[in-house]
Amino acid sequence: MKEKRKRKLSGIERRNTINFYLYISPWLLFFLVLTVYPMIKSLFLAFTDSGFTGDGTFVGLANFIQAFQVDALFWPAFKNTLCYVLMYVPLSLLLSFVLGWLLSRKVKFLGFWRTIFYLPYITAGVAVTILWGWIFNGSYGVLNYFLSLLGITGPNWLGDKHLALGCIVVMSLWSLGNQILIMLAGIQDIPASLYESAQIDGASTLRQVFSITLPLSTPTIYFNLVIGTITAFQLFNQPYILTDGGPVNSTLTVAMLIFRNAFEYGKMGYASCIAWCLFLVIMIVTGIIQATQKKWVFYND
Amino acid sequence: MKKKNPMSKSAAHRLEMTIIYIVLILCAIVCIFPFLWMLTTAFKSTAEAYQFPPTLIPKRWLFKNFANGLKQADFGLFTRNTVFLVLFNTVATVFSSAFVAYGFARFQAKGSKFWYTCLMATLMLPAQVTLIPQYLLYFKAHMVDTYWPLMIPSLLGGGAYNIFLFRQFFLSLPKELDEAAMIDGASSFQTFTHIMLPAVKPVSMCVGVMSLVYNWNDFYQPLIYLNSTKKFTVAIGIQFLNSSMGTTKIGQMMAVAVVMTIPVLIIFFLCQKYFVEGIKMQGIKG
Repeated sequence: MKEKRKRKLSGIERRNTINFYLYISPWLLFFLVLTVYPMIKSLFLAFTDSGFTGDGTFVGLANFIQAFQVDALFWPAFKNTLCYVLMYVPLSLLLSFVLGWLLSRKVKFLGFWRTIFYLPYITAGVAVTILWGWIFNGSYGVLNYFLSLLGITGPNWLGDKHLALGCIVVMSLWSLGNQILIMLAGIQDIPASLYESAQIDGASTLRQVFSITLPLSTPTIYFNLVIGTITAFQLFNQPYILTDGGPVNSTLTVAMLIFRNAFEYGKMGYASCIAWCLFLVIMIVTGIIQATQKKWVFYND
Repeated sequence: MKKKNPMSKSAAHRLEMTIIYIVLILCAIVCIFPFLWMLTTAFKSTAEAYQFPPTLIPKRWLFKNFANGLKQADFGLFTRNTVFLVLFNTVATVFSSAFVAYGFARFQAKGSKFWYTCLMATLMLPAQVTLIPQYLLYFKAHMVDTYWPLMIPSLLGGGAYNIFLFRQFFLSLPKELDEAAMIDGASSFQTFTHIMLPAVKPVSMCVGVMSLVYNWNDFYQPLIYLNSTKKFTVAIGIQFLNSSMGTTKIGQMMAVAVVMTIPVLIIFFLCQKYFVEGIKMQGIKG
């Protein structure tokens, strides 16, 4: 009897195991063949002089030496990417928190505002990027027209090496809708009883923001921070479409440098080397963010 | 509970709400204005577009821009290509991510925790690090310049994030639901298609609409994998036009941009409910 039960249990267990691997098999295939293998392979490629077909010989650290010491675009690309991350990420967090909070203040027509803020996110594609290029146009752009109304002669935004990257930051911030609405959902989850008791204590609105809303939104902010940082490090579309990295390589990003080397020059080995450098930088940065998490992220439960 | 000084409280509240509405209206203008600018530019002649100060409303509405712009490249073909890819990927993504998520949510096996950790870790993996070997794999399989590299990921799990969303929802369903079906003699696959999939319809809709929009807008993957013009999607078709004629015919360019943005807007307005639901789900993290 006991034996039988044990066998039956292991029968269920076996069926569970078979089912589990059966159902996850599509993803498992993707994970092993198109994620794990490529990761190892690209690390391997980084030490070879592989060309367009991926065949090449081992060249030791030559690619890394090329990147760090010879390639005049390597450091500028990292610098630009880092500058973009440092401008975009904090501003996106600030803006999404402020707007998410405003929307949480029981405003009328919430659905309407939500739609308006979400539209730029949903339509953010090539068409809208080209549109922004036209808005930023130095001679005929509408932005400079508005500035001229204030008596300011606007610069040639995307043609100025000090301003071009900033324009791309503005463009990216414009399609922030998703983050704003994630923040809004996070803020709306905060129990109303907390605000009520703060009101009884006579706390001002601003005080409530800093002592209730902000600390209780930190998990959402943390989520947006991590995802936003990883995404920002891979900036590609806008500079590729609008400036092709110019002027004077001021908007050349690491992702563009990888793309150029891999798909325009056919240097798969060298491009993999840059890709791994980017990967390491992203890992270090997200590692630092994760390490500080305990200090500032407030978990209610 | 009574307010000490209702008069000043309500006055302060009114002031606060006024400021909030002013900020919201300003932000809404910033959000909407570029679209209006795209629309008016689409109707302008080249001469009028290149005027400074620009006209906010076209003096002459040039409807020709739309026909002429769309004639610059084979946008009919690009649209057909894109619609095929978008529909295929959306259906495949919903089905395969639900399928995989069902496995993660309902069957315990040795290693299931490990694989779930792997799944979540890939959420943080930058695409750049797997890009080149993936390309080489597709290249060796003679799949470059076909749609396979753009379709295979949706067939194989449809992305870690979608699997995660479905799994969360499956976990919230009572286990009795599928156990009852199994006891009645349904196979686990029948239980999945007849009981579980209908029960997670809201998630399917959210994942579906997000996938529609994502695939319509996707630029990077088609840019890498498609070479021949006749296989182009709308996104790279527009960029193709942009790089060939630049801002010389900005009116026509914007006309094309308007036409190609409209499908996304239609999907968005028809399925708004599901987009909003989708965002709320993103809020659930665990």
